[in-house]
Amino acid sequence: MDFELTQSQKLFQQMIRDFAEKEVKPIAAEVDEKEEFPKENVKKLAKLGVLGIPTPKEYGGAGGDHVMYTIAVEELSRVCATTGVIVSAHTSLCEDAILDNGTEEQKQKYLPKLASGEWIGAFGLTEPNAGTDASAQQTTAVEDGDDYILNGTKIFITNAGEADVYVIAAMTDKSKGNKGITTFIVEASTKGFSIGKKEHKMGIRGSATCELIFENCRVPKTNMLGPLGGGFAVAMKTLDGGRIGIAAQALGIAQGAMDETVKYCKERKQFGRSLAQFQNTQFQLADLQTKIEASRYLVRAAAWKKDQGLPFSTDAAMAKLFAAETAMEMTTKAVQFHGGYGYTREYPVERMMRDAKITEIYEGTSEVQRMVIAGKLFKK
Amino acid sequence: MNIIVCVKQVPDTTVVKIDPVKNTLIREGVPSIMNPDDKGGLELALQLKEKCGANVTVITMGPPQADLVLREAFAMGADRAILLTDRAFAGADTLATSNALAGALKVLDYDLVITGRQAIDGDTAQVGPEMAQHLGLPQVSYVVDCQYNDANKFTVKKETEDGYEILEVEGPALFTVLASGYKARYMNVGLIVEAFNKEVEIWPASKLDIDPNKLGLKGSPTKVKKAFTKATKAAGQVYELDPEQAVDVIISKLQEKFII
Repeated sequence: MDFELTQSQKLFQQMIRDFAEKEVKPIAAEVDEKEEFPKENVKKLAKLGVLGIPTPKEYGGAGGDHVMYTIAVEELSRVCATTGVIVSAHTSLCEDAILDNGTEEQKQKYLPKLASGEWIGAFGLTEPNAGTDASAQQTTAVEDGDDYILNGTKIFITNAGEADVYVIAAMTDKSKGNKGITTFIVEASTKGFSIGKKEHKMGIRGSATCELIFENCRVPKTNMLGPLGGGFAVAMKTLDGGRIGIAAQALGIAQGAMDETVKYCKERKQFGRSLAQFQNTQFQLADLQTKIEASRYLVRAAAWKKDQGLPFSTDAAMAKLFAAETAMEMTTKAVQFHGGYGYTREYPVERMMRDAKITEIYEGTSEVQRMVIAGKLFKK
Repeated sequence: MNIIVCVKQVPDTTVVKIDPVKNTLIREGVPSIMNPDDKGGLELALQLKEKCGANVTVITMGPPQADLVLREAFAMGADRAILLTDRAFAGADTLATSNALAGALKVLDYDLVITGRQAIDGDTAQVGPEMAQHLGLPQVSYVVDCQYNDANKFTVKKETEDGYEILEVEGPALFTVLASGYKARYMNVGLIVEAFNKEVEIWPASKLDIDPNKLGLKGSPTKVKKAFTKATKAAGQVYELDPEQAVDVIISKLQEKFII
């Protein structure tokens, strides 16, 4: 048993932390304020290989692992949750989906472009009437010669509009329910595919979240990802991996809020003492740091299991549930410790609190994570 | 072109504290980093490699844990790494250090040697120039820009106290580089993954072309007599005035302090 990061993971952490501090932190408030996708930083991350961390070298990736990937999402989210989720959705939901389910041809075609960041990836499952009940898909894919014709709408899609390639779930046989869902790789340039309404969100405001519209969108059969009717399994497995990324994002937000709170409590004086000298401050922050560290172990254990090829679905659910709730608690307390200042945009904790909330919702709400965990408990 | 870059692992002095009793650096818990000017030097080497093709070798003298800065150099794009480590090197001052490094360079092929201007732990700026002396190389210190021309010639911009000098130098030569001239790149993820699978060559003193008496404590004429913490002064006052008014202010201040 070894709880230490490997030497390469530590070296990577040093690099990405440095990058986050120097390149991401200075523009985080502006990205939030202007709801601006941080294009330049995404390009810089791509150049460094951060958009293809766990993808094998043979497909143009860095040949790293998912532990390293969670370190990237954590460190970026520590200063800017928007940047964290861009990397997470791209890597877990698109690149990993193709790596884990794609044919050799699909991998050769898409992974080098995704791993190098030449192309950005996204994933579309959620629909207006298919949220937690993902099996209620209304987007259809009808066979027509060598193609499938897609019709329908996806909503709340992260990286939408910025992405060049999408992994899309659609119903190929309604009569079969879950077993009638199939996933496809859809390129943004495909005729009949368009981007709809852009959401104005509470948090992660720099990340692009839009509607996807399919109007007689013709996708070649060679772009079917996984087997016909196997899309629900592909989507659920992909989300298992995605949850590790979102858990890492939540962990980063929580740690970032803790860093800011510790700094503030050392500086802020009331009743002749710094806030850090009050036992109430110390005890509350000690409890929270314990939760943050517990989140970190859950996140890394889930990522490690994925790297080892072990089942990790429940681990990912636990990591996401715990890290997301910790992020919400930590950021709420961070604002409280900052008092009136914390409620203003002068300090980053206000943004962090808004950013934290989404981690309890997307890629499976906290309730869904509890369903996954309980499902394992009561499984015979 | 073969480029050799000398780097040093140093404590991150931005977080280092001084023991108020012993007047020595408290190194415990202080992260070790690649010296910033050396990192700038490595950046110059890597830019030359990208522009005109070069083999970049990184060399350091230090304890076994100095291996880490060489891994970092691999992760930035260096091709080869050599760690000079031996008890015989212990206690070296700048002269003994430059002798060891020059002794290693004598058994290597190179067209250009790059060092940082100075290390943030010692701030002497002596090792690079001393190496040039030992090796009989032309040297340019305080380099902020360097272009390679054909025929093994470099056009080098050197920072001086009141401006810049542009020089043309024929290789082999030695440059000492300023971090301000070369913003170092971030490590690349793919190279980080490979960095620990590459070989760092370990060279003991016996591998170098140098008289062993010139190494380590034996080869170090410098003796530290006393170390002390510099007293902190209050922040100065900045005036933005035309020259005539400035003269009046200076005179009155000097009179105030009974200097004139």
